[in-house]
Amino acid sequence: MAASAAVRRDRLVGYTMVAPVVLGSLAFVVLPLVMVVWYSLHEWNVLANTFTFVGAENYQRMAADPGLADALRATLWFSVGLVVVNIALALLLAVLLNQRLPGTTTFRTFFFSPVVVSLVAWTIVWSFLLQADGGINGFLSVLGVEGPNWLRRPDAAMAAVIIVQVFKNVGLNMILFLAALQGVPEELQEAARLDGAGAWRRFRSVTLPLISPTVLLVSIITIVGSLEVFAQIDVLTGGGPGSSTTVLVYYLYQQAFRFNEFGYASALAVLLFVIVLVLTLLQWQSRKRWVFHEV
Amino acid sequence: MRSEIITAPETEAPATPVLVPLPRRRARARRGLTRWLLVVVLAVLSLPFVFPTWWMATSSLKPMSEILRRVPTLWPQDPSFDAYGRVFTLQPFAQQYWNSLYIAVVVTLGTMLVAAMAGYAFARIRFPGANALFVLVLVGLLVPAEVTIVPLFRIVNTLGLVDTHWPLIVVPVLGAPAVLAVFIMRQFFLGLPTELEEAGRLDGLGRWGVFWRIAVPLSRSALGAVAIFTFLKSWNLYLEPVVYLSSKESFTLPQALTQYVDAYGGPMWNVQLAATTLTVLPVLAVFLVAQKQFVQGLAHSGLKG
Repeated sequence: MAASAAVRRDRLVGYTMVAPVVLGSLAFVVLPLVMVVWYSLHEWNVLANTFTFVGAENYQRMAADPGLADALRATLWFSVGLVVVNIALALLLAVLLNQRLPGTTTFRTFFFSPVVVSLVAWTIVWSFLLQADGGINGFLSVLGVEGPNWLRRPDAAMAAVIIVQVFKNVGLNMILFLAALQGVPEELQEAARLDGAGAWRRFRSVTLPLISPTVLLVSIITIVGSLEVFAQIDVLTGGGPGSSTTVLVYYLYQQAFRFNEFGYASALAVLLFVIVLVLTLLQWQSRKRWVFHEV
Repeated sequence: MRSEIITAPETEAPATPVLVPLPRRRARARRGLTRWLLVVVLAVLSLPFVFPTWWMATSSLKPMSEILRRVPTLWPQDPSFDAYGRVFTLQPFAQQYWNSLYIAVVVTLGTMLVAAMAGYAFARIRFPGANALFVLVLVGLLVPAEVTIVPLFRIVNTLGLVDTHWPLIVVPVLGAPAVLAVFIMRQFFLGLPTELEEAGRLDGLGRWGVFWRIAVPLSRSALGAVAIFTFLKSWNLYLEPVVYLSSKESFTLPQALTQYVDAYGGPMWNVQLAATTLTVLPVLAVFLVAQKQFVQGLAHSGLKG
């Protein structure tokens, strides 16, 4: 099966075109993945200059590490809180924007604008607002309310991190929901209206089932994204107070770059990878269903 | 919008007021009221999205004595640009601004080129192993930066590239962050009719000619989306600079913004907010001008293709 010269030349062009990203993936994705698994089997402290094979010891340590248990609990709280608030707010905003109210375009711009603001900048401004003597408590005191020191109380700090993140990115999910809402046929709404269904009933029984695949997909994407929260935590709370906002990625960062425990940090990285992998497979599964619905 | 104008009460009321039954008129009035109430709800909801930017810009004009205060002021009593001067004297802020800008531009152009080529080849050219290579590349979508940061730091360190911008440019252009761009470009080319390219081939263009003269110009919208989310991603990068960079001259903006602290580690709010304002306003301005492209481009990246 000797290929003609033209076909061979075409293949060569193909290989040349994909070469940068293929070689890049090998060097900066696949190789580091292999390395991180290899490192996770070692006791490796940069300061002590030790690198010894210890087998599964880091994984055993993970099972018994109360710090990791705290981090996983914080991660769970953060992810669940973020997804619930984010999806609820995104849906609310999308539904409101879908009513053809006056000023809709302006409001959409408002809700979307934080998406383009630098994450660290957005977090710094909120950090300023949330100080004990900052803007939010200032306005509360005008109303006669004594606000808490938001970032220094464990429960309030977690809530603050979630809220700041929601306002930053909810505009993106809002746009995705808006697109889904505009795909809901007008006739179905009309039919339900003629049957005497009120606005809430129409939303629950007609709109929501039709856009539920999108809701599921967006939820999973939001959960996966929520696992990668680093800058917000670092700028807003530094993982504190105590370890109340030390989520998994922040714990990993601390172990590696504060305590120089690169071996243990690598084992944590493997754990993070497995979690993301499982969630992404779930997402692909749900996407298949989504496409099916669309057809 | 148009239906509102048609059903507006003024257009119907004078002609035959008697024919409109009273309860229905009341229902319509109530609907109008509900609509305005919803607008008020939207206005209240938009506060936490808009107010922080306003608060950032106005607070950067306040002196420290006014900035943290029991009764906040919506507009500075005595606006001054002092903080803006100190932004540049406390740190090499112009240098840091330039670092962020040139890195983001190089990464954006590099990613566009790499993604357009790979996306085109994966969509259009048949070569043995194409599917396997595509799957290999897609692995990058599964890997958060935090997973590979330790080995990447090790690699960068071994190559002697710590505290240089190389890892902030090369890794995003060729590594995991570029994969989404490749995926989007491939999807775009798959949906593009092949007629024009075939016509080009008949006119004697080779593969590269077809790619550069026909495919790339046709893919402007997809490339625009890729450019927008790639630029913002690079402009906002935080973990990697924090890990790789150590001297203030090499810092990028997100990292530099966190460095405006006094001798006790407390933030110098007005200076920090001034620097933040300088970082945010240009991007916001571009967004307001090219809103549609931004929303489309980022919705793409939000959906991961």
